[in-house]
Amino acid sequence: MVGETTPGKLSRAMSTTFPQTITSAPSEPMAPASTLSAAPRPTRRHYGDRVYRWLLTALALTLPLLLVAIVAELIVSSWPSIHKFGFSFIWTSVWDPVGEVYGAAPMIFGTLVSSLLALVIAVPLSLGVAIFLTEFAPKWLRQPVAFLVELLAAIPSVVYGLWGIYVLIPLLRDYAAPPIRALLGWTPLFNGIFYGNSMLAGGIILAIMIVPYIAAISREVLLAVPATQREAALGLGATRWEAVWGAVLPYGRAGIIGAVMLGLGRALGETMAVTMVIGNRHDIALSLFQPGYTMAAAIANEFSEATSTMYLSALFEVGLVLFVITIGVNAFARLLVWRVARGTAVGSKAL
Amino acid sequence: MSIRVATRRIKSGFFTGLVVCLCFLAVLPLFLIFADLVHKGASSINWDFFVKIPVAAGQSGGGVSNAIVGTIIIVMIACAVGIPIGIGTGLYLAEYGIGKLGWFVRFLADVLNGTPSIVVGIFAWTWFVKPVHHFSALAGGVALALLMVPMLARTTEEMLRLVPNSLREAALALGYPRWRTSLSVMARVALSGIVTGSLVGVARVAGETAPLLFTALGNINFDTNIKEPMQTLSLQIFTYATGPFEDWHRLAWASALVLMSLVLALALAARWATRKRYGT
Repeated sequence: MVGETTPGKLSRAMSTTFPQTITSAPSEPMAPASTLSAAPRPTRRHYGDRVYRWLLTALALTLPLLLVAIVAELIVSSWPSIHKFGFSFIWTSVWDPVGEVYGAAPMIFGTLVSSLLALVIAVPLSLGVAIFLTEFAPKWLRQPVAFLVELLAAIPSVVYGLWGIYVLIPLLRDYAAPPIRALLGWTPLFNGIFYGNSMLAGGIILAIMIVPYIAAISREVLLAVPATQREAALGLGATRWEAVWGAVLPYGRAGIIGAVMLGLGRALGETMAVTMVIGNRHDIALSLFQPGYTMAAAIANEFSEATSTMYLSALFEVGLVLFVITIGVNAFARLLVWRVARGTAVGSKAL
Repeated sequence: MSIRVATRRIKSGFFTGLVVCLCFLAVLPLFLIFADLVHKGASSINWDFFVKIPVAAGQSGGGVSNAIVGTIIIVMIACAVGIPIGIGTGLYLAEYGIGKLGWFVRFLADVLNGTPSIVVGIFAWTWFVKPVHHFSALAGGVALALLMVPMLARTTEEMLRLVPNSLREAALALGYPRWRTSLSVMARVALSGIVTGSLVGVARVAGETAPLLFTALGNINFDTNIKEPMQTLSLQIFTYATGPFEDWHRLAWASALVLMSLVLALALAARWATRKRYGT
């Protein structure tokens, strides 16, 4: 079995790492583990290696092909709509399937507002979890609490929606909305009567759903902060909180921003739970008490009713806008997180 | 001076308390949701629930056997398509993933992991439903598989990277060809981690609804033909929760409890597999 390695190469190999007895064609790039290659003399055995490599490469190409296919398909399918409405699709708000006029502004507005509201609620909670788990919690508590937070990510979206309709909305209506209205009813944000299905309910459900993602990645980012960072702060006489706030968090800032952006990406594309509680009204309302609409919800609700080509095409364009925004946000976030912990796969453990 | 120290201590204590409260608040919905699922769902679960199919709207009784079987079938299709591609991509990233293509695929896997599932749904519709003019469980399964691949690829790669390189070197030194080193040494050692990743992936797609709306569609009858529309628990919950009948809401909670138990069992199994790895 052994024997392709020439003695000279072997001794050279011993000085660096273990000898690798596999020959590989010179044109092939080196694999991570191998630091050298022996004489390129193909034998029957290398056949297996070559087949293996081609097979894996073919499988790995699925993802790039999938991306290309999705983008191409969305563009092709939405072409009639893109051609007819141009950019006005994005900022006009008439959505009239009968008159065949489509403008997606209310959905885009609703998607952004509900996601931002979710971030406003979820970021403090997630950072609380991450800081508690890395800095303050006793060792025995860390794993169980982390597991519980991860479980939040395991709950299916449609179950969140069910809970939102029959538990969260009644709770909000009976206990949260009246005091908010009494206190802040004069502001445009909480204007009007709270009927239930609303931007507020959508934002809260989204917040609960994205907490586990932001918390898990922030936690990994904080774990990657060198211990010397906090020890130095403590050594200078900082209190524990001052060490966290002044030394640990600033060090992981880019990674935490990345984590928040990933949460945003999740919130933007979330469909079922939002559809079930946000009210699905095609309208731009400033008040969080009013119903709204999101891009994902519009597709979920109207896709099967879309009978005309133009209607379908408009919905595909909504999908295209949603896809481009989400992928852009995700890509930016990944680059941020990667920059913090280069080489290690920080963040990919989140579901 | 000492007052200053005291205020700093108090401030530190205050924020520590705040962090604990925030953490508690973050976990609270989990308990609320579980409590409501059991409270509102358990009473409707009986033998009929598992063996009967839904009755006509407005009547009481009936079960969701078609949805339970449908969920299992569609998830199995998703596994059959998604797991080989996902694990293969992960193996590629771990074995050959240092070049430009490796970087690109890794990046794409991370980015596509956050694809809105509804977009995958309409994509699957254009490719697998529109050409044949027929909704099918197969299309639904493939849509779920597309959601699984990016996540599986990254988990597999990470698990393989945890295996000490000395094992690879030892195998290569013994004259193993590269593919056997990769499969029967590296992948063998990382197996429990890869199984965990797969289970988490399955748990995630088992509850998906959005990609199935326009592919598997749903079906009020019991049907195991994968070329026909098929019901799943998630679709059933959506229909029942948004419907007008009290009896439907009851069944929605019961279905949600069953779906949640399924997902939870998978999550716990995944955790158990990981523990075993660290235990030995």
